Amino acid sequence: MSIAIRHLSKRFGAFQALDDVSIDIGSGELVALLGPSGCGKTTLLRIIAGLEYADRGEVLLDGDDASHRHVRERQVGFVFQHYALFRHMSVFDNVAFGLRVRSRKLRPTEAQIRERVVRLLKLVQLDWLADRHPSQLSGGQRQRIALARALAVEPKVLLLDEPFGALDAKVRKELRRWLRQLHDEIHVTSVFVTHDQEEALEVADRVVLINSGRVEQVGTPESVYETPATPFVANFLGSVNLFHGRIEGGQLHVGEHVIGLDSGDREPGGGAVAFVRPHDFDLVPGWPAGSGLPAKIERVVSIGPTAQLELSRGDGEAGEPIEVHLDRQTLGRLGVREGDRVLLRPRRIRLFQTDALAA
Amino acid sequence: MESRTLVHPGIIADESPSTRDPTPVRWALIGIALAFFAVFLLLPLLTVFAEALRKGWGAYLAALTNPDALAAIQLTLLVAAIAVPLNLVFGVTASWAIARFDFVGKRVLITLIDLPFSVSPVISGLIYVLLFGAQGWFGPWLQEHDVRIIFAVPGIVLATIFVTFPFVARELIPLMEAQGWEEEEAAVVLGASGWQVFWHTTLPGIKWGLLYGVILCNARAMGEFGAVSVVSGHIRGLTNTMPLHVEILYNEYNYAAAFAVASLLALLAIVTLGIKELVERRVHRHSSPGSRENES
Repeated sequence: MSIAIRHLSKRFGAFQALDDVSIDIGSGELVALLGPSGCGKTTLLRIIAGLEYADRGEVLLDGDDASHRHVRERQVGFVFQHYALFRHMSVFDNVAFGLRVRSRKLRPTEAQIRERVVRLLKLVQLDWLADRHPSQLSGGQRQRIALARALAVEPKVLLLDEPFGALDAKVRKELRRWLRQLHDEIHVTSVFVTHDQEEALEVADRVVLINSGRVEQVGTPESVYETPATPFVANFLGSVNLFHGRIEGGQLHVGEHVIGLDSGDREPGGGAVAFVRPHDFDLVPGWPAGSGLPAKIERVVSIGPTAQLELSRGDGEAGEPIEVHLDRQTLGRLGVREGDRVLLRPRRIRLFQTDALAA
Repeated sequence: MESRTLVHPGIIADESPSTRDPTPVRWALIGIALAFFAVFLLLPLLTVFAEALRKGWGAYLAALTNPDALAAIQLTLLVAAIAVPLNLVFGVTASWAIARFDFVGKRVLITLIDLPFSVSPVISGLIYVLLFGAQGWFGPWLQEHDVRIIFAVPGIVLATIFVTFPFVARELIPLMEAQGWEEEEAAVVLGASGWQVFWHTTLPGIKWGLLYGVILCNARAMGEFGAVSVVSGHIRGLTNTMPLHVEILYNEYNYAAAFAVASLLALLAIVTLGIKELVERRVHRHSSPGSRENES
């Protein structure tokens, strides 16, 4: 089932949770709503489910306005952040719940219910836990049971609120991969909310970046990572170094230093913010004249194939340390150490004009 | 109301010698506590039974099977049978509304629920006399239609409902607030109707707390004296509940009979405490840390 969100707005008192949000989600897609906490992504998910009502705008499910359709009739599966398993029921009864509460006419026979629950428990690879109670399960197991329970009613849309939020790093990574595989298997339109960019980029077909109740960018993981549309997206996705400066004569002036720009980046003059990813720098030992930013190496952490360098600005400007990632071989060839002076030459810069931002 | 401190098993065993009180202090504290318990709680209880049986089993049974005593017992049971179920429904409804919804006047409602606790029972009784008594607001109208509330069973029931109103709600509000709303939401998304949500998710979560509240409510409903005394009119065999009957017998210097009826109330109290203890254990086991969220 496709989902279309049209001009959705929602306020909680003085807090604008959603501000004119429009998104299209195709049938069978796996979409991540990504943003910092409090950005409105969970509210959006709850409005799609029907657990919350929008002040304005509408949600179309398969082209039909669902704004006034009750949660029960929306055919959505919802996986809650803290799973919300029924504590007093066994795993089996939890998964069977959605089938058992159906009206007599629509309810499958007990044998059919049993068959479907067993099949779902096998799908989430936990059929051996059918008789346990939720309190006897680990976090990852609860998460998968919650998913099986949501799938039991054969939802047209699967909504997941921070599905991996409460799990430890290792389990989270496993479940992430598993969710992706599961989606490829059952192909139900799925939307999940997360504040973890790695999670969103790894699992989703498309990522919707939300900030302060507004959609900042929608796109595939590659496109949002490689070509962020706004400074927020550039800043939010992955670590990034930020320089304030001015564009003059096809060059970026940061303080008294000059960084050459590719022709594509040469936008007409004015104030600008430049974002450079840590792995997009070339290092030149010493402070020779020419294009580049002088810096001093403060710290080198060289574990694994990549060395992480922390540098301070050579011109004495205070601020965040500059982060640079090099592979170990390059670092060895350059022969620089902590305390050395180097010139930083960005290979790739993402520029945003600050004048345009203010407008 | 009652303080429910959860003493952790092993808290004494785990104590290091440096934090343990010196032995004499310990024995003194335990001694004082036990002596206090014996003099102020155990002794009166024993006195009740001793006095009740002073003239032998025959007199004891005679006092209990006296028609007036039987009528009092009957009335007490009737009042409890009406007041407790009504307060069960009111209590669940009120705590549901308070725990689940935000609405204008919520704070006021929470405060009002506590009113019967903070107001003297005598005042509670007087409120009903002022409302429904012969000179009260609705008095003339009631007389016209030949409805008796004050000095009759309805008044006793009303006063009892008022006095016992907070027990169930007070027990459930914090419980429901702590349990949150997520399980119910999950049930709704899975297609459960309102009634199914309540029956399958809400009730199992609150049942022990609810039972606990009902037990306390029942104990108070049967034992209430002040409010009932004001509205009852003390008509023997008609509007006397057990506590009132005890008072009348006592005022007539009929000590053995008074204590015999009192012993029934004391028994009721002991049974209530026993059940309460059992239920409390269940409640704590169910809400013990780890039963809800224990991933690490």
